[in-house]
Amino acid sequence: MSNHIVPVRVYLLVFGALMVLTTVTVVVAYFDFGVLNNVIMLGIAAVKATLVVLYFMHVRYGTQLIPIVVGSSVLWLLILLAFTLADYFTRGWMGAGSSWL
Amino acid sequence: MSAAELPATHYLNATHGLKSWLLTRDHKRIGLLYLLGVSFFFAIGGLFAALIRIELITPAGDVFQPDTYNRIFTTHGIMMVFFFLIPAIPAVLGNFLIPIMIGAKDLAFPRLNLLSWYIYMVGGAFSLYSLLHGGVDTGWTFYTPYSTAFSNTYVIATGLGIFINGFSGILTGINFIVTIHRMRAPGMTWFRLPLFVWGHYATSLIQVLGTPVLAITIVLLALERLFHLGIFDPARGGDPVLFQHLFWFYSHPAVYIMILPAMAVISEVIAAFARKRIFGYHFVAFASIGIAVLGFLVWGHHMFVSSQSVYAGTVFSVLTMLVAIPSAVKVFNWTATLFRGSVSFETPMVYAFCFLGLFAIGGLTGVFLGTLGLDVHVHDTYFVVAHFHYVMVGSTITAFLGGLHYWWPKIFGRMYSEFWGRLSAIVVFFGFNATFFPQFVAGYLGMPRRYHAYPEEFQALHVLSSGGSIVLGLGYLIPIVYLLYSIKWGKPAGDNPWGAIGLEWETTSPPPVENFAAPPVVEHEAYEYAERAERLGAAPTT
Ligand SMILES: [Cu+2]
Repeated sequence: MSNHIVPVRVYLLVFGALMVLTTVTVVVAYFDFGVLNNVIMLGIAAVKATLVVLYFMHVRYGTQLIPIVVGSSVLWLLILLAFTLADYFTRGWMGAGSSWL
Repeated sequence: MSAAELPATHYLNATHGLKSWLLTRDHKRIGLLYLLGVSFFFAIGGLFAALIRIELITPAGDVFQPDTYNRIFTTHGIMMVFFFLIPAIPAVLGNFLIPIMIGAKDLAFPRLNLLSWYIYMVGGAFSLYSLLHGGVDTGWTFYTPYSTAFSNTYVIATGLGIFINGFSGILTGINFIVTIHRMRAPGMTWFRLPLFVWGHYATSLIQVLGTPVLAITIVLLALERLFHLGIFDPARGGDPVLFQHLFWFYSHPAVYIMILPAMAVISEVIAAFARKRIFGYHFVAFASIGIAVLGFLVWGHHMFVSSQSVYAGTVFSVLTMLVAIPSAVKVFNWTATLFRGSVSFETPMVYAFCFLGLFAIGGLTGVFLGTLGLDVHVHDTYFVVAHFHYVMVGSTITAFLGGLHYWWPKIFGRMYSEFWGRLSAIVVFFGFNATFFPQFVAGYLGMPRRYHAYPEEFQALHVLSSGGSIVLGLGYLIPIVYLLYSIKWGKPAGDNPWGAIGLEWETTSPPPVENFAAPPVVEHEAYEYAERAERLGAAPTT
């Protein structure tokens, strides 16, 4: 498909960034940010996943169709999470106990 | 090409021998391999349906043990849903027709296409083997906690078969999407595509976006069953209803994997036999995409009586109603196409009319079930069983048969008996209604699904239903006889027996290996019947 040649330097830079972010994840785990704990962890993980998808999986370099496919799969994952959580977050509203939160 | 003879060489006789079929990369041959596969699994599923109907003739559970009965309806559901209804139209007709309709030589990835068939057959064989050697009693829905903590049957083995089969659907979906994007003939713009192609494009999107979730759900189910991880176990912080969320995220859109290709077939047939461009072409095309997208936002309507929050239930209920809009757009536009068309009633068109009737009943009862309050009353009754059989079986199989009859002369180059064709369509229609309409009544009166014994007051309805199923079975058997007969002894059909418009009718019947003698160039809209009539100097048909 795409014969784009990515310089090794880019791979090394991305690899370096992934390592730095992994270290940050470990360091952050030693501090308590309250509600923000999960937000920070998932945020870092999302950045790392994005780097892998864009550079290691060459999504940045493909034709237009490839980013559309990847983008819509992320969107669909968000649909799955959003509607499922809409159930879990509102279950307690009727007074029935919700052990989830 | 005269109508008297078949072309000297075509895709069926270009190469010979079993190997030339089992290693073929020709999308047309792979479509026929799929036809053999889906027919086989349909026969198995049908056999198990017959066993269900036999048991239900009498109120007492006197033919099968309860456990056996559970295995029977589970096998029926799994075989029919995953190995017949989902692949039937896309993998057979879609495979055969999409490249021809867009003027291409083959799909974008021919080897991947063959691989899809092998994956499908391996997955099917695997599921069938585990269903017959011990079986599964969870129903095709595998609900937790029964499937994870209680059932002593072959849940993981059967699930693995469905997991394997999922990859077949994903690969076919990717193949169709890339083909439709990249392989269109010069002049074949998006809005000149036949609606058959639009429908399959929407279907492919669902397969690619939804099937991975089913695969993950089956993996989670297996892990929970093997290692008791607690994902679906409240005692360990999990939730059995989470399984239903994940399962229906795929399995509701799966209904559209069955119905969108069916609608795609109906658009072609109605245009051809009304001799008119489909009314509101753009609306019908976008309705397919609309159904595909909306279909992913409504899965919670299967969970109104689970512990799903009523607030989420309300949202899912409203969104479910919205699906009726693009569905109705299609039905009304087909009806409007008939208006002042020159309608004729060849076999495929008779099937198309059967489709309209069955889909209208199935679709409208879907609105009943999407209504939160009413669903609480009829949930898990035969009302639901009747509804989804009308949509998934009535509509999809009728369209599949209609499509098969419409393109049969293209596929094999010969005509079947028109008399037997029309007769079988009518038998299917009456048999289907006799089988499933009584189930609406029984369900509304409170007959629960998945029971092998029932109170005597339901017997009349069950006997009607079982009797109807004999007629329906007959309706499905007749075409096997005359279609097979026609392959050898049918009259040569000629390139365009219906006088229809579309690239598939501009090549020989059966088509050559590379589909066209010379690469086609497209200069017209789809279904330009009025323009053609004008070009030919005849009075326009309207
Ligand atoms: Cu649904």
